[in-house]
Amino acid sequence: MSNFDKMKSIIIKQPLKLDCGKEISNFPLAYETYGNLNEKKDNAILIFHALTGDQFASDINPVTNKEGWWNYAVGPDKAFDTKKFFVICANVIGGCMGSYGPRTIDPLTNKPLGINFPVITINDMVNAQYKLLDHFKIEKLFAVAGGSMGGMQVLQFVSNFPNKAKVALPIACTASHSAQNIAFNELGRQAIMSDINWKDGLYDGKTFNPDKGLAVARMAAHITYLSKKGLQEKFGRNLQERSDLKFSFDADFQIESYLRYQGSMFVDRFDANSYLYITRAMDYFDLTKQHGGNLSKAFKDSKTKFFIISFTSDWLYPTSENKDIVIALNAIGADVGFVEIKTDKGHDSFLLDVPDFLSTIKNYLNTTYLNINERRI
Amino acid sequence: MKEEFKVISELIDEKSRVLDVGCGDGILMEYLLKNKVVDIRGLEISKEKVKKCLSNGLAVVEGDAENDLKQFPDLSFDYVILSQTLQAFMSPENVIKNLLRVGKKVIVTIPNFGHWKVRVDLLFKGEMPITKNLPYEWYNTPNLHMCTIQDFYNFCNNKGINIFQTISLNGQKTSKITSSNLKFKNLISELGIFLLEK
Repeated sequence: MSNFDKMKSIIIKQPLKLDCGKEISNFPLAYETYGNLNEKKDNAILIFHALTGDQFASDINPVTNKEGWWNYAVGPDKAFDTKKFFVICANVIGGCMGSYGPRTIDPLTNKPLGINFPVITINDMVNAQYKLLDHFKIEKLFAVAGGSMGGMQVLQFVSNFPNKAKVALPIACTASHSAQNIAFNELGRQAIMSDINWKDGLYDGKTFNPDKGLAVARMAAHITYLSKKGLQEKFGRNLQERSDLKFSFDADFQIESYLRYQGSMFVDRFDANSYLYITRAMDYFDLTKQHGGNLSKAFKDSKTKFFIISFTSDWLYPTSENKDIVIALNAIGADVGFVEIKTDKGHDSFLLDVPDFLSTIKNYLNTTYLNINERRI
Repeated sequence: MKEEFKVISELIDEKSRVLDVGCGDGILMEYLLKNKVVDIRGLEISKEKVKKCLSNGLAVVEGDAENDLKQFPDLSFDYVILSQTLQAFMSPENVIKNLLRVGKKVIVTIPNFGHWKVRVDLLFKGEMPITKNLPYEWYNTPNLHMCTIQDFYNFCNNKGINIFQTISLNGQKTSKITSSNLKFKNLISELGIFLLEK
């Protein structure tokens, strides 16, 4: 974990008032950047990560030594072309990759904050990341983008700072977390909290770690990221390194083995308390309610160009919920584009190599950047 | 095609807010952006075409005019354009009603089924006509509700829709259609362009 030292971060000194009522100050926000900020400082894109992401969107993540979570989309000549754009991505507060979160050491006890970390919201995450604009002296971002919880942050960002981004790309997300999604998150949290090593949220992370609970949470969540058709085509009823059923509870089926592997890989890189806090932030997200039941009001002061994308096989953040955002924007005459991309890869599509999706974003960003500069729009 | 765009463009005031319903791959939108300073949006049912529009930076929403016009508030656009698409809807009457709700003015262009070539085809061959503007066979045509310029003219009158202008397009030639030359123009026009208001 010594690679943690290589991470970039800013210390946010000014107090930030959280939705829960608490105030935080002097806290770290870890970030990474790709590409170069141009002289006019008009080519910056702030990317928001999803539930289990981090600031390492591209290249090799120095902590996990794996490819960044959005490596398909961010990089030279990719959808977010780092030859042209300066991409910034921060670890959300509540996360576990260097930003202020439950793993942060409490100076009073010299132990991780654990469950003493305040409950945070999507709004809090966005307000913290907004400080990056000051840090880089960027007056206005070219774009804000993100999928899933990243998309929720995009919506919250434009609502909070209506004229700080020229383009907004909320992908596979919602303006209001559904009962079904709260239910799945609750399942994950209960799995973690019923692990004996959770220790009421005050596990030390060394001797005690609620790995089993966190792995189950990940396994359950992982199913929701895929589609039935995708699973059937990839795994079907194939058996795992055996020719017949073993009449036991081993992983007979490939899908079982796959899920167990996903669970075990996840616990190496993620903190169980972070999982609790971030899923809670998603559940609390209701931009419609924040604006008195009228989502349009969230965007009424904004001149931002929106491009909303959903996926046909995404049943976690289905097209209908993405379309609600489009409808709210059209109701106030906002500049909005929307497309539903056809794919069997489920909610995970936004993280995967879906050429249609990636090329449309790439062309949209490049053309829009040119058009804005030519003042055509 | 270009002639149609020119006529449409001339009907639109500068600095207007425009919605192109069934915008296809966005060529009319591009034309209007180039030739008029307009704030323009598109609605298109085909994913492929929507992706093409978005790739060109156009503000186009994937959707179906029969269901998705609902989301636009009353009179939210100065002009709503429906170019050669009316005949493809299940319920053209409802679509027109919605267009007139959303737009202060509505421009509808109609491939004319009353053109003499169409009539000759049906009269002498006894087969459903296939022309430049109507290139499909009867069994695979997306055109469910073909009409003539005269049909649409009568429709507007019967429904109390105000027709501001009707323009005939025949090859490169444009001309005005009036109630007195309607029968003749219905015979020689390939395309009818209507400027309407509720």
